[in-house]
Amino acid sequence: MAVVGVLALQGSFHEHIAALRKLGVNGVEIRKPEQLLNVNSLIIPGGESTAMAKLAEYHNLFPALREFVQLGKPVWGTCAGLIFLANKAAGQKIGGQELVGGLDCTVHRNFFGSQIQSFETELSVPELASKEGGPETFRGIFIRAPAIIEAGPDVQVLADYPVRSNRLSTADSPTEDKKENVEEESKVIVAVRQGNIMGTAFHPELTADTRWHSYFLKMANVSGEEASSSLVPAEASTNVNQRPLNDLPTFQS
Amino acid sequence: MEGSGVVTVYGNGAAITETKKSPFSVKVGLAQMLRGGVIMDVVNAQQARIAEEAGACAVMALERVPADIRAQGGVARMSDPQLIKEIKQAVTIPVMAKARIGHFVEAQILEAIGVDYVDESEVLTLADEDNHINKHNFRIPFVCGCRNLGEALRRVREGAAMIRTKGEAGTGNIVEAVRHVRSVMGDIRVLRNMDDDEVFTFAKKIAAPYDLVMQTKQLGRLPVVHFAAGGVATPADAALMMQLGCDGVFVGSGVFKSGDPAKRARAIVQAVTHYSDPGLLAEISCGLGEAMVGLNLNDSNVERFANRSE
Repeated sequence: MAVVGVLALQGSFHEHIAALRKLGVNGVEIRKPEQLLNVNSLIIPGGESTAMAKLAEYHNLFPALREFVQLGKPVWGTCAGLIFLANKAAGQKIGGQELVGGLDCTVHRNFFGSQIQSFETELSVPELASKEGGPETFRGIFIRAPAIIEAGPDVQVLADYPVRSNRLSTADSPTEDKKENVEEESKVIVAVRQGNIMGTAFHPELTADTRWHSYFLKMANVSGEEASSSLVPAEASTNVNQRPLNDLPTFQS
Repeated sequence: MEGSGVVTVYGNGAAITETKKSPFSVKVGLAQMLRGGVIMDVVNAQQARIAEEAGACAVMALERVPADIRAQGGVARMSDPQLIKEIKQAVTIPVMAKARIGHFVEAQILEAIGVDYVDESEVLTLADEDNHINKHNFRIPFVCGCRNLGEALRRVREGAAMIRTKGEAGTGNIVEAVRHVRSVMGDIRVLRNMDDDEVFTFAKKIAAPYDLVMQTKQLGRLPVVHFAAGGVATPADAALMMQLGCDGVFVGSGVFKSGDPAKRARAIVQAVTHYSDPGLLAEISCGLGEAMVGLNLNDSNVERFANRSE
């Protein structure tokens, strides 16, 4: 059985582990650099990217994460995780925040605004549907979500979302990038893939649809040897709470 | 929403400018993003920056921290919207604000200025002694306090998308928080082992809606994100709450009433992530300076905020 690491500093890591469990895959919580050695693919979950960056910095995780990405091991970031993986982020807090990088794109934090502008929508996902079957759309939950405002030539767009340009001017985040955005086209990118790096601005872990997780697992298997279950660190496997106490229900509306 | 007539009726969405509903999944979603994090009470933009730099996953914008509300007495109300706006400008993390229990207009104001979460809080003076806000009428999500399972599920039925155990705010004393978390978790453990036939009577006993009690039984946990609050003053307190099974912690007076707020804030953030690693907890608990002054709850002069609402 393949082992997938889930960065467990803060945020929706329980939800990712629960989604992996549904697919019969063991997700292990990663909190320290040395734990990264035991996994050959990694999910960086949603959460508060500044809080996660601070926690990663306290325990010197950034060098290990960068190395992990550079080795070409499959990495998937959702929401805050997408920000982590981007080479450039706009709309950051004062003083900025450290990024892992690797994904050739510019991500705008809190692109859609505060919680009141958070939303749920049916996204068109042709690539996912062709690989994983199922409906042509995916229920995208956007929570104070980022968006990709610029992507390099090697980046494959997996999904985008139309925006009204006046939505941008209502965002009250004190960023100077606003003006550029208004002139941009009326679509923002919300899911990408570049080689072994995948990023989604929305939260597949909050839905019952596990197609994105299954898509990521296929990426993981293609690129490397199957991890043997003996590689699960003893410490991590005892730490993982086998009781499903951490699984919240999936809300349908 | 049509035909609401001339009279502005609360409950018809009439007072809320946009009728577009926010799905419950989006409301709970933000709380899920806050899991494993620390939410800190701040009274100005500068403290909000300190909290953000320490790694807080959200801040609670207040005029006075609970310890000061306790000391100064009087009526505690929603903060000045100007203050909340300043704090929103200063940080990029979510900003929460408190509304009085039952004061739905304060909640409407908070929604209008675009805070990310409203805390319908017993720390502020009650506005309605009998009713809580009907939180289904809002697009903004709410967090509410509870002391036991029944209270938690009543709040969820009213539309709360996140629950915090009340503890005793502004005391720096963890004893009530432990009592309330133990009560919720203990009841859930009892419920899990209960025969389905007995759940009806159990729901009646704890005065909670049957469907939510049944859902809790099946999940083995509260159906929404569950944080601890009220009395957390040290990294050890925070880790205790996590080990008891909470999804995260609120720290009120504990950070900014202590000797070295930045350092303590950072230590508490780390303690919540690494709650089950005693070696690391020992390391981060070293040399934090003076903790906030605690209150002994056996003293009858200490008012119990937690008992203000049912």
